[in-house]
Amino acid sequence: MAELFTSTIWPVTVLVLRILLVVVPLLLAVAYLTYAERKIIAAMQLRQGPMVVGPYGLLQPLADGLKLFVKETVIPTGANKVVFLLAPMITFILALIGWAVIPFGEGLVLADINVGVLYLFAVSSLGVYGIIMAGWASNSRYAFLGALRSSAQMVSYEIAIGLIIISVLISAGSLNLSAIVRAQEVHGWYVFWHFPMFMLFLVAILAETNRHPFDLPEDEASLVTGYNVEYSSMTFALFFLGEYANMILMSAITSVLFLGGWLPPLDIWPLTAIPGPLWLILKICLVLFVFIWARATLPRYRYDQLMRLGWKVLLPLSLAWLVLTAGVVVAFPIPRP
Amino acid sequence: MTAELFVWWMLALVAIASAVMVIAAKNPVHSVLFLILCFFNAAGMFVLIGAEFLAMILVVVYVGAVAVLFLFVVMMLDINFVRLREGFLNYLPVGALVGIVLLAELVLVGTSWALREPSPVLATVEGLDNTRALGSFLYTEHFVVFQIAGLILLVAIIGAIALTLRQRVAVKRQDIARQVHRRPAETVTLVRVETGKGV
Repeated sequence: MAELFTSTIWPVTVLVLRILLVVVPLLLAVAYLTYAERKIIAAMQLRQGPMVVGPYGLLQPLADGLKLFVKETVIPTGANKVVFLLAPMITFILALIGWAVIPFGEGLVLADINVGVLYLFAVSSLGVYGIIMAGWASNSRYAFLGALRSSAQMVSYEIAIGLIIISVLISAGSLNLSAIVRAQEVHGWYVFWHFPMFMLFLVAILAETNRHPFDLPEDEASLVTGYNVEYSSMTFALFFLGEYANMILMSAITSVLFLGGWLPPLDIWPLTAIPGPLWLILKICLVLFVFIWARATLPRYRYDQLMRLGWKVLLPLSLAWLVLTAGVVVAFPIPRP
Repeated sequence: MTAELFVWWMLALVAIASAVMVIAAKNPVHSVLFLILCFFNAAGMFVLIGAEFLAMILVVVYVGAVAVLFLFVVMMLDINFVRLREGFLNYLPVGALVGIVLLAELVLVGTSWALREPSPVLATVEGLDNTRALGSFLYTEHFVVFQIAGLILLVAIIGAIALTLRQRVAVKRQDIARQVHRRPAETVTLVRVETGKGV
Protein backbone atom coordinates (compact mmCIF):
# COMPACT_ATOMS: atom_id res chain seq x y z
CA MET A 1 0.00 0.00 0.00
CA ALA A 2 2.78 2.41 0.96
CA GLU A 3 4.59 1.51 -2.26
CA LEU A 4 1.46 2.15 -4.33
CA PHE A 5 1.14 5.52 -2.59
CA THR A 6 4.70 6.64 -3.40
CA SER A 7 4.75 5.17 -6.92
CA THR A 8 1.32 6.19 -8.23
CA ILE A 9 -1.04 8.12 -5.94
CA TRP A 10 1.36 10.83 -4.76
CA PRO A 11 2.81 11.74 -8.23
CA VAL A 12 -0.69 11.81 -9.74
CA THR A 13 -1.96 14.08 -6.94
CA VAL A 14 0.97 16.46 -7.42
CA LEU A 15 0.34 16.51 -11.18
CA VAL A 16 -3.36 17.27 -10.72
CA LEU A 17 -2.52 20.09 -8.28
CA ARG A 18 0.00 21.56 -10.75
CA ILE A 19 -2.57 21.41 -13.56
CA LEU A 20 -5.13 23.15 -11.32
CA LEU A 21 -2.50 25.78 -10.50
CA VAL A 22 -2.46 26.65 -14.22
CA VAL A 23 -6.12 26.12 -15.12
CA VAL A 24 -7.84 27.98 -12.26
CA PRO A 25 -5.91 31.26 -12.70
CA LEU A 26 -6.44 30.85 -16.46
CA LEU A 27 -10.23 30.67 -16.07
CA LEU A 28 -10.16 33.70 -13.77
CA ALA A 29 -8.03 35.50 -16.36
CA VAL A 30 -10.58 34.61 -19.06
CA ALA A 31 -13.39 36.08 -16.93
CA TYR A 32 -11.50 39.30 -16.31
CA LEU A 33 -10.31 39.49 -19.91
CA THR A 34 -13.95 40.00 -20.93
CA TYR A 35 -14.16 42.76 -18.30
CA ALA A 36 -10.90 44.34 -19.49
CA GLU A 37 -12.11 44.20 -23.08
CA ARG A 38 -15.33 46.03 -22.24
CA LYS A 39 -13.51 48.62 -20.12
CA ILE A 40 -10.76 49.29 -22.68
CA ILE A 41 -13.17 49.58 -25.60
CA ALA A 42 -15.40 51.83 -23.46
CA ALA A 43 -12.43 54.07 -22.66
CA MET A 44 -11.50 54.26 -26.36
CA GLN A 45 -15.08 55.27 -27.18
CA LEU A 46 -15.34 57.76 -24.24
CA ARG A 47 -17.82 55.63 -22.32
CA GLN A 48 -17.60 54.14 -18.84
CA GLY A 49 -18.25 50.49 -19.56
CA PRO A 50 -19.71 48.16 -16.89
CA MET A 51 -20.16 50.17 -13.67
CA VAL A 52 -23.21 48.67 -11.93
CA VAL A 53 -22.28 45.27 -10.45
CA GLY A 54 -19.73 45.80 -7.67
CA PRO A 55 -17.24 48.68 -7.42
CA TYR A 56 -16.31 49.86 -10.95
CA GLY A 57 -18.33 46.91 -12.25
CA LEU A 58 -15.65 44.48 -11.06
CA LEU A 59 -18.16 41.71 -10.35
CA GLN A 60 -19.69 41.94 -13.84
CA PRO A 61 -17.93 38.77 -15.20
CA LEU A 62 -19.28 36.74 -12.26
CA ALA A 63 -22.80 38.05 -12.87
CA ASP A 64 -22.50 37.17 -16.58
CA GLY A 65 -21.26 33.69 -15.70
CA LEU A 66 -24.15 33.14 -13.27
CA LYS A 67 -26.63 34.36 -15.87
CA LEU A 68 -25.33 31.88 -18.47
CA PHE A 69 -25.24 29.09 -15.90
CA VAL A 70 -28.90 29.31 -14.87
CA LYS A 71 -30.30 29.63 -18.40
CA GLU A 72 -31.91 26.72 -20.21
CA THR A 73 -29.90 24.68 -22.70
CA VAL A 74 -31.89 24.59 -25.92
CA ILE A 75 -31.14 21.84 -28.43
CA PRO A 76 -32.73 22.69 -31.79
CA THR A 77 -34.97 20.20 -33.58
CA GLY A 78 -33.12 18.25 -36.21
CA ALA A 79 -29.79 18.97 -34.58
CA ASN A 80 -27.33 16.11 -34.34
CA LYS A 81 -27.39 15.90 -30.53
CA VAL A 82 -24.08 14.19 -29.77
CA VAL A 83 -22.02 16.30 -32.18
CA PHE A 84 -23.93 19.41 -31.11
CA LEU A 85 -22.93 18.94 -27.47
CA LEU A 86 -19.44 17.67 -28.30
CA ALA A 87 -18.46 20.77 -30.30
CA PRO A 88 -18.32 23.36 -27.45
CA MET A 89 -16.49 20.87 -25.22
CA ILE A 90 -13.83 20.30 -27.91
CA THR A 91 -13.35 24.05 -28.35
CA PHE A 92 -12.97 24.56 -24.61
CA ILE A 93 -10.67 21.59 -23.98
CA LEU A 94 -8.39 22.50 -26.91
CA ALA A 95 -8.04 26.02 -25.50
CA LEU A 96 -6.88 24.53 -22.18
CA ILE A 97 -4.53 21.69 -23.20
CA GLY A 98 -2.15 24.00 -25.09
CA TRP A 99 -1.03 25.40 -21.72
CA ALA A 100 0.68 22.11 -20.89
CA VAL A 101 3.85 23.14 -22.75
CA ILE A 102 4.00 26.90 -22.04
CA PRO A 103 7.07 27.59 -19.85
CA PHE A 104 6.33 30.12 -17.08
CA GLY A 105 9.91 30.26 -15.88
CA GLU A 106 13.15 28.27 -15.83
CA GLY A 107 11.83 24.72 -15.24
CA LEU A 108 8.30 25.97 -14.49
CA VAL A 109 6.41 23.99 -17.13
CA LEU A 110 3.86 21.19 -16.90
CA ALA A 111 5.36 19.08 -19.71
CA ASP A 112 8.85 19.97 -20.92
CA ILE A 113 8.61 18.03 -24.19
CA ASN A 114 11.07 18.24 -27.07
CA VAL A 115 8.38 18.91 -29.68
CA GLY A 116 6.60 21.68 -27.73
CA VAL A 117 6.21 23.99 -30.70
CA LEU A 118 4.75 21.22 -32.86
CA TYR A 119 2.37 20.33 -30.04
CA LEU A 120 1.09 23.91 -29.87
CA PHE A 121 0.77 24.01 -33.66
CA ALA A 122 -1.18 20.74 -33.59
CA VAL A 123 -3.52 22.04 -30.87
CA SER A 124 -4.20 25.28 -32.72
CA SER A 125 -4.81 23.44 -35.99
CA LEU A 126 -7.43 21.31 -34.22
CA GLY A 127 -9.36 24.39 -33.10
CA VAL A 128 -11.25 24.38 -36.38
CA TYR A 129 -13.08 21.15 -35.41
CA GLY A 130 -15.13 22.70 -32.62
CA ILE A 131 -16.43 25.34 -34.99
CA ILE A 132 -17.11 23.16 -38.03
CA MET A 133 -18.84 20.50 -35.91
CA ALA A 134 -20.98 23.16 -34.23
CA GLY A 135 -21.97 24.63 -37.58
CA TRP A 136 -22.88 21.30 -39.09
CA ALA A 137 -24.70 19.84 -36.07
CA SER A 138 -26.87 22.95 -35.51
CA ASN A 139 -28.91 22.20 -38.65
CA SER A 140 -29.04 25.91 -39.43
CA ARG A 141 -27.90 27.74 -42.56
CA TYR A 142 -26.37 30.68 -40.71
CA ALA A 143 -24.37 28.42 -38.44
CA PHE A 144 -23.22 26.28 -41.37
CA LEU A 145 -22.11 29.29 -43.43
CA GLY A 146 -20.18 30.59 -40.42
CA ALA A 147 -18.49 27.21 -39.99
CA LEU A 148 -17.52 27.01 -43.68
CA ARG A 149 -15.99 30.49 -43.63
CA SER A 150 -14.19 29.75 -40.43
CA SER A 151 -12.61 26.50 -41.55
CA ALA A 152 -11.33 28.03 -44.79
CA GLN A 153 -9.97 31.01 -42.87
CA MET A 154 -8.24 29.04 -40.13
CA VAL A 155 -6.67 26.54 -42.54
CA SER A 156 -5.34 29.41 -44.70
CA TYR A 157 -3.76 31.37 -41.86
CA GLU A 158 -2.26 28.29 -40.22
CA ILE A 159 0.14 27.96 -43.16
CA ALA A 160 1.50 31.47 -42.60
CA ILE A 161 1.74 30.83 -38.84
CA GLY A 162 3.64 27.60 -39.49
CA LEU A 163 6.18 29.30 -41.78
CA ILE A 164 6.71 32.16 -39.31
CA ILE A 165 7.26 29.67 -36.48
CA ILE A 166 9.83 27.78 -38.62
CA SER A 167 11.83 31.02 -39.02
CA VAL A 168 12.01 31.31 -35.22
CA LEU A 169 12.81 27.60 -34.85
CA ILE A 170 15.83 27.63 -37.13
CA SER A 171 17.15 30.69 -35.30
CA ALA A 172 16.79 28.96 -31.93
CA GLY A 173 17.77 25.51 -33.20
CA SER A 174 15.20 23.67 -31.09
CA LEU A 175 11.53 22.70 -30.95
CA ASN A 176 11.50 22.94 -27.16
CA LEU A 177 9.82 26.14 -25.92
CA SER A 178 12.11 26.49 -22.88
CA ALA A 179 15.13 26.12 -25.19
CA ILE A 180 13.71 28.83 -27.48
CA VAL A 181 13.49 31.23 -24.52
CA ARG A 182 17.03 30.34 -23.42
CA ALA A 183 18.25 30.94 -26.98
CA GLN A 184 16.75 34.44 -26.79
CA GLU A 185 18.83 35.03 -23.67
CA VAL A 186 21.91 34.58 -25.89
CA HIS A 187 20.69 36.10 -29.17
CA GLY A 188 18.45 38.85 -27.86
CA TRP A 189 14.67 38.77 -28.30
CA TYR A 190 13.51 37.55 -31.67
CA VAL A 191 11.13 40.49 -31.97
CA PHE A 192 14.22 42.51 -32.93
CA TRP A 193 15.67 39.93 -35.34
CA HIS A 194 12.35 38.92 -36.86
CA PHE A 195 10.42 42.17 -36.50
CA PRO A 196 8.47 41.86 -39.82
CA MET A 197 7.52 38.30 -38.89
CA PHE A 198 6.37 39.50 -35.46
CA MET A 199 3.96 41.91 -37.14
CA LEU A 200 2.71 39.20 -39.55
CA PHE A 201 2.32 36.81 -36.61
CA LEU A 202 0.11 39.33 -34.80
CA VAL A 203 -2.10 39.58 -37.90
CA ALA A 204 -2.21 35.80 -38.33
CA ILE A 205 -3.19 35.08 -34.71
CA LEU A 206 -6.04 37.58 -35.01
CA ALA A 207 -7.33 35.51 -37.93
CA GLU A 208 -6.59 32.18 -36.24
CA THR A 209 -8.64 33.10 -33.15
CA ASN A 210 -11.46 34.58 -35.30
CA ARG A 211 -11.04 37.99 -33.74
CA HIS A 212 -11.64 41.43 -35.21
CA PRO A 213 -10.99 42.49 -37.93
CA PHE A 214 -11.18 38.87 -39.18
CA ASP A 215 -14.26 37.76 -37.22
CA LEU A 216 -16.15 36.67 -40.33
CA PRO A 217 -17.25 33.33 -38.82
CA GLU A 218 -19.44 35.28 -36.38
CA ASP A 219 -20.17 38.24 -38.59
CA GLU A 220 -23.35 39.43 -36.84
CA ALA A 221 -24.37 41.71 -39.69
CA SER A 222 -24.60 38.96 -42.30
CA LEU A 223 -24.73 35.70 -40.33
CA VAL A 224 -26.62 36.65 -37.13
CA THR A 225 -23.68 35.36 -35.07
CA GLY A 226 -22.41 32.54 -37.25
CA TYR A 227 -21.51 29.12 -35.96
CA ASN A 228 -22.78 29.61 -32.39
CA VAL A 229 -26.20 31.05 -33.25
CA GLU A 230 -28.11 27.98 -32.01
CA TYR A 231 -26.18 27.65 -28.74
CA SER A 232 -27.49 28.87 -25.41
CA SER A 233 -26.58 28.72 -21.73
CA MET A 234 -23.48 26.68 -20.80
CA THR A 235 -22.87 25.37 -24.32
CA PHE A 236 -22.55 28.99 -25.48
CA ALA A 237 -20.46 29.81 -22.41
CA LEU A 238 -17.99 27.07 -23.34
CA PHE A 239 -17.53 28.56 -26.83
CA PHE A 240 -17.10 31.99 -25.30
CA LEU A 241 -14.57 30.80 -22.71
CA GLY A 242 -12.77 28.80 -25.39
CA GLU A 243 -12.43 31.83 -27.66
CA TYR A 244 -10.97 34.00 -24.89
CA ALA A 245 -8.73 31.24 -23.53
CA ASN A 246 -7.44 30.80 -27.09
CA MET A 247 -6.63 34.51 -27.25
CA ILE A 248 -4.58 34.21 -24.06
CA LEU A 249 -2.86 31.07 -25.36
CA MET A 250 -1.94 32.76 -28.64
CA SER A 251 -0.61 35.77 -26.70
CA ALA A 252 1.49 33.41 -24.59
CA ILE A 253 2.89 31.75 -27.74
CA THR A 254 3.76 35.18 -29.16
CA SER A 255 5.47 36.13 -25.89
CA VAL A 256 7.51 32.93 -25.81
CA LEU A 257 8.52 32.96 -29.48
CA PHE A 258 9.23 36.67 -29.94
CA LEU A 259 9.22 38.54 -26.62
CA GLY A 260 11.61 36.37 -24.64
CA GLY A 261 9.11 34.47 -22.47
CA TRP A 262 10.05 34.82 -18.79
CA LEU A 263 13.19 36.93 -19.48
CA PRO A 264 13.34 40.56 -18.27
CA PRO A 265 13.93 43.12 -21.05
CA LEU A 266 17.36 44.09 -19.71
CA ASP A 267 19.60 42.06 -17.43
CA ILE A 268 19.95 44.82 -14.78
CA TRP A 269 18.94 44.91 -11.15
CA PRO A 270 15.44 46.38 -10.70
CA LEU A 271 14.20 44.40 -13.71
CA THR A 272 15.75 41.07 -12.70
CA ALA A 273 14.14 41.39 -9.23
CA ILE A 274 10.70 40.80 -10.78
CA PRO A 275 10.09 37.02 -11.00
CA GLY A 276 10.01 35.38 -14.46
CA PRO A 277 6.35 34.29 -14.48
CA LEU A 278 5.32 37.90 -13.82
CA TRP A 279 7.29 39.06 -16.86
CA LEU A 280 5.52 36.45 -18.97
CA ILE A 281 2.14 37.62 -17.67
CA LEU A 282 3.01 41.27 -18.41
CA LYS A 283 3.99 40.34 -21.97
CA ILE A 284 0.80 38.32 -22.43
CA CYS A 285 -1.22 41.36 -21.26
CA LEU A 286 0.61 43.54 -23.78
CA VAL A 287 -0.31 41.26 -26.69
CA LEU A 288 -3.89 40.93 -25.38
CA PHE A 289 -4.14 44.72 -25.40
CA VAL A 290 -3.25 44.64 -29.11
CA PHE A 291 -6.10 42.15 -29.66
CA ILE A 292 -8.61 44.50 -28.01
CA TRP A 293 -7.09 47.61 -29.57
CA ALA A 294 -7.54 46.06 -33.05
CA ARG A 295 -11.17 45.30 -32.23
CA ALA A 296 -11.87 48.89 -31.19
CA THR A 297 -10.04 50.39 -34.19
CA LEU A 298 -10.42 48.34 -37.35
CA PRO A 299 -13.45 47.64 -39.54
CA ARG A 300 -14.21 44.05 -40.54
CA TYR A 301 -12.52 42.66 -43.67
CA ARG A 302 -14.54 41.48 -46.64
CA TYR A 303 -14.19 37.75 -47.24
CA ASP A 304 -12.21 37.95 -50.50
CA GLN A 305 -9.90 40.55 -48.92
CA LEU A 306 -9.30 38.19 -46.01
CA MET A 307 -8.34 35.33 -48.34
CA ARG A 308 -6.17 37.62 -50.45
CA LEU A 309 -4.29 38.81 -47.35
CA GLY A 310 -3.68 35.26 -46.16
CA TRP A 311 -2.55 33.68 -49.41
CA LYS A 312 -1.04 36.53 -51.41
CA VAL A 313 0.57 38.66 -48.70
CA LEU A 314 1.30 36.68 -45.53
CA LEU A 315 2.30 33.42 -47.23
CA PRO A 316 4.86 34.80 -49.76
CA LEU A 317 6.35 37.21 -47.20
CA SER A 318 6.80 34.56 -44.53
CA LEU A 319 8.22 32.09 -47.09
CA ALA A 320 10.75 34.68 -48.33
CA TRP A 321 11.74 35.49 -44.75
CA LEU A 322 12.17 31.80 -44.00
CA VAL A 323 14.62 31.41 -46.92
CA LEU A 324 16.46 34.55 -45.78
CA THR A 325 16.69 33.31 -42.18
CA ALA A 326 17.92 29.90 -43.30
CA GLY A 327 20.58 31.59 -45.47
CA VAL A 328 21.77 33.78 -42.62
CA VAL A 329 21.88 30.86 -40.17
CA VAL A 330 23.97 28.81 -42.62
CA ALA A 331 26.26 31.69 -43.66
CA PHE A 332 27.05 33.12 -40.22
CA PRO A 333 27.88 30.85 -37.29
CA ILE A 334 25.44 31.88 -34.56
CA PRO A 335 26.06 31.01 -30.91
CA ARG A 336 23.96 28.14 -29.55
CA PRO A 337 23.18 28.09 -25.80
CA MET B 1 0.89 -4.80 -15.89
CA THR B 2 2.45 -1.36 -15.94
CA ALA B 3 0.39 1.77 -16.45
CA GLU B 4 2.11 2.45 -19.77
CA LEU B 5 1.14 -0.96 -21.16
CA PHE B 6 -2.43 -0.44 -19.96
CA VAL B 7 -2.64 2.93 -21.73
CA TRP B 8 -1.13 1.35 -24.86
CA TRP B 9 -3.81 -1.34 -24.97
CA MET B 10 -6.56 1.20 -24.31
CA LEU B 11 -5.34 3.33 -27.23
CA ALA B 12 -5.06 0.27 -29.46
CA LEU B 13 -8.57 -0.92 -28.59
CA VAL B 14 -10.13 2.51 -29.16
CA ALA B 15 -8.21 2.84 -32.44
CA ILE B 16 -9.56 -0.48 -33.73
CA ALA B 17 -13.10 0.20 -32.47
CA SER B 18 -13.18 3.63 -34.12
CA ALA B 19 -11.72 2.17 -37.32
CA VAL B 20 -14.62 -0.30 -37.36
CA MET B 21 -17.07 2.53 -36.72
CA VAL B 22 -15.67 4.43 -39.75
CA ILE B 23 -17.23 1.82 -42.02
CA ALA B 24 -20.14 0.92 -39.74
CA ALA B 25 -21.49 4.42 -38.99
CA LYS B 26 -24.66 5.30 -40.90
CA ASN B 27 -23.89 9.00 -41.19
CA PRO B 28 -20.78 9.81 -43.31
CA VAL B 29 -19.93 12.83 -41.12
CA HIS B 30 -19.80 10.50 -38.12
CA SER B 31 -17.50 8.24 -40.15
CA VAL B 32 -15.04 11.09 -40.67
CA LEU B 33 -15.21 11.99 -36.97
CA PHE B 34 -14.44 8.38 -36.04
CA LEU B 35 -11.54 8.45 -38.51
CA ILE B 36 -10.17 11.47 -36.64
CA LEU B 37 -10.52 9.62 -33.32
CA CYS B 38 -8.59 6.73 -34.88
CA PHE B 39 -5.77 9.10 -35.97
CA PHE B 40 -5.61 10.48 -32.44
CA ASN B 41 -5.18 7.07 -30.89
CA ALA B 42 -2.47 6.24 -33.42
CA ALA B 43 -0.70 9.48 -32.43
CA GLY B 44 -0.99 8.49 -28.76
CA MET B 45 0.62 5.12 -29.54
CA PHE B 46 3.46 6.88 -31.39
CA VAL B 47 4.10 8.99 -28.28
CA LEU B 48 4.21 5.88 -26.09
CA ILE B 49 6.86 4.19 -28.27
CA GLY B 50 8.95 7.38 -28.16
CA ALA B 51 8.27 8.68 -31.68
CA GLU B 52 6.94 12.06 -30.54
CA PHE B 53 7.86 13.87 -33.78
CA LEU B 54 5.84 11.42 -35.89
CA ALA B 55 2.92 11.71 -33.45
CA MET B 56 2.80 15.51 -33.75
CA ILE B 57 3.18 15.41 -37.54
CA LEU B 58 0.35 12.89 -37.74
CA VAL B 59 -1.91 15.24 -35.79
CA VAL B 60 -0.84 18.40 -37.67
CA VAL B 61 -0.99 16.96 -41.19
CA TYR B 62 -3.72 14.33 -41.08
CA VAL B 63 -6.05 15.56 -38.36
CA GLY B 64 -5.40 19.30 -38.74
CA ALA B 65 -5.45 19.51 -42.53
CA VAL B 66 -6.44 16.38 -44.49
CA ALA B 67 -9.36 15.35 -42.27
CA VAL B 68 -10.66 18.94 -42.21
CA LEU B 69 -10.91 18.83 -45.99
CA PHE B 70 -12.58 15.39 -45.79
CA LEU B 71 -15.10 16.76 -43.33
CA PHE B 72 -15.61 19.82 -45.49
CA VAL B 73 -16.42 17.76 -48.59
CA VAL B 74 -18.60 15.20 -46.80
CA MET B 75 -20.66 17.93 -45.12
CA MET B 76 -21.24 19.70 -48.42
CA LEU B 77 -22.43 16.54 -50.20
CA ASP B 78 -26.14 15.88 -50.26
CA ILE B 79 -26.15 12.16 -49.55
CA ASN B 80 -29.21 9.96 -49.58
CA PHE B 81 -28.55 7.69 -46.59
CA VAL B 82 -31.25 5.16 -47.49
CA ARG B 83 -29.92 4.57 -51.00
CA LEU B 84 -26.41 4.28 -49.57
CA ARG B 85 -27.46 1.23 -47.53
CA GLU B 86 -29.11 -0.51 -50.52
CA GLY B 87 -27.20 -3.36 -52.13
CA PHE B 88 -25.02 -3.85 -49.09
CA LEU B 89 -25.41 -7.63 -49.35
CA ASN B 90 -24.64 -7.63 -53.10
CA TYR B 91 -21.23 -6.09 -52.51
CA LEU B 92 -20.50 -8.19 -49.43
CA PRO B 93 -18.68 -11.12 -51.19
CA VAL B 94 -16.30 -8.80 -53.10
CA GLY B 95 -15.72 -6.68 -50.00
CA ALA B 96 -15.05 -9.73 -47.87
CA LEU B 97 -12.58 -11.07 -50.47
CA VAL B 98 -10.62 -7.78 -50.50
CA GLY B 99 -10.68 -7.72 -46.69
CA ILE B 100 -9.35 -11.29 -46.44
CA VAL B 101 -6.54 -10.58 -48.93
CA LEU B 102 -5.52 -7.48 -46.97
CA LEU B 103 -5.63 -9.38 -43.68
CA ALA B 104 -3.51 -12.19 -45.14
CA GLU B 105 -0.95 -9.66 -46.37
CA LEU B 106 -0.82 -8.00 -42.96
CA VAL B 107 -0.33 -11.33 -41.21
CA LEU B 108 2.42 -12.31 -43.68
CA VAL B 109 4.23 -9.00 -43.19
CA GLY B 110 3.74 -9.07 -39.43
CA THR B 111 5.09 -12.59 -38.93
CA SER B 112 8.11 -12.21 -41.23
CA TRP B 113 9.07 -8.75 -39.98
CA ALA B 114 12.84 -8.27 -39.83
CA LEU B 115 14.49 -4.95 -39.07
CA ARG B 116 17.15 -3.74 -41.47
CA GLU B 117 20.58 -2.98 -40.04
CA PRO B 118 20.42 0.56 -38.62
CA SER B 119 21.91 3.07 -41.03
CA PRO B 120 25.39 4.42 -40.22
CA VAL B 121 23.91 7.93 -40.08
CA LEU B 122 21.45 6.85 -37.39
CA ALA B 123 24.25 5.21 -35.43
CA THR B 124 26.12 8.52 -35.22
CA VAL B 125 23.08 10.41 -33.97
CA GLU B 126 22.39 7.98 -31.14
CA GLY B 127 21.20 9.91 -28.08
CA LEU B 128 19.71 12.83 -30.02
CA ASP B 129 15.98 13.51 -29.83
CA ASN B 130 14.10 11.99 -32.73
CA THR B 131 13.46 15.31 -34.51
CA ARG B 132 17.21 15.78 -34.99
CA ALA B 133 17.78 12.10 -35.79
CA LEU B 134 15.06 12.14 -38.45
CA GLY B 135 16.34 15.41 -39.89
CA SER B 136 19.95 14.30 -40.19
CA PHE B 137 18.78 11.01 -41.70
CA LEU B 138 16.47 12.57 -44.30
CA TYR B 139 18.73 15.45 -45.32
CA THR B 140 21.93 13.43 -45.70
CA GLU B 141 21.46 9.77 -46.59
CA HIS B 142 18.10 10.12 -48.35
CA PHE B 143 18.58 13.61 -49.67
CA VAL B 144 17.84 12.75 -53.32
CA VAL B 145 14.69 10.77 -52.54
CA PHE B 146 13.52 13.61 -50.33
CA GLN B 147 14.04 16.15 -53.12
CA ILE B 148 12.22 13.94 -55.64
CA ALA B 149 9.25 13.62 -53.24
CA GLY B 150 9.20 17.41 -52.97
CA LEU B 151 9.23 17.78 -56.77
CA ILE B 152 6.34 15.32 -57.15
CA LEU B 153 4.33 17.35 -54.66
CA LEU B 154 5.15 20.55 -56.56
CA VAL B 155 3.94 18.98 -59.82
CA ALA B 156 0.76 17.88 -58.05
CA ILE B 157 0.14 21.43 -56.79
CA ILE B 158 0.65 22.93 -60.24
CA GLY B 159 -1.58 20.24 -61.76
CA ALA B 160 -4.40 20.95 -59.30
CA ILE B 161 -4.19 24.68 -60.02
CA ALA B 162 -4.08 24.13 -63.80
CA LEU B 163 -7.15 21.87 -63.63
CA THR B 164 -9.29 24.21 -61.54
CA LEU B 165 -8.22 27.66 -62.77
CA ARG B 166 -10.81 29.31 -64.99
CA GLN B 167 -10.30 32.71 -66.54
CA ARG B 168 -13.63 34.52 -66.41
CA VAL B 169 -13.96 37.79 -68.24
CA ALA B 170 -17.07 39.43 -66.81
CA VAL B 171 -15.91 39.39 -63.20
CA LYS B 172 -15.07 42.61 -61.38
CA ARG B 173 -11.93 42.14 -59.34
CA GLN B 174 -10.34 44.36 -56.76
CA ASP B 175 -6.96 45.66 -57.96
CA ILE B 176 -5.32 47.14 -54.89
CA ALA B 177 -2.40 48.73 -56.78
CA ARG B 178 -4.80 50.52 -59.13
CA GLN B 179 -6.93 51.71 -56.22
CA VAL B 180 -3.91 53.12 -54.42
CA HIS B 181 -2.60 54.90 -57.52
CA ARG B 182 -5.88 56.62 -58.33
CA ARG B 183 -5.80 60.41 -57.99
CA PRO B 184 -8.86 62.54 -57.19
CA ALA B 185 -8.33 64.57 -60.38
CA GLU B 186 -8.76 61.48 -62.57
CA THR B 187 -11.87 60.14 -60.93
CA VAL B 188 -13.89 63.02 -59.47
CA THR B 189 -15.30 65.92 -61.51
CA LEU B 190 -17.13 68.77 -59.90
CA VAL B 191 -20.31 69.59 -61.79
CA ARG B 192 -22.17 72.81 -61.19
CA VAL B 193 -25.84 72.04 -61.73
CA GLU B 194 -28.10 74.92 -62.63
CA THR B 195 -31.24 75.30 -60.53
CA GLY B 196 -34.30 73.82 -62.19
CA LYS B 197 -32.34 71.60 -64.60
CA GLY B 198 -30.94 68.10 -64.31
CA VAL B 199 -27.37 67.05 -64.92
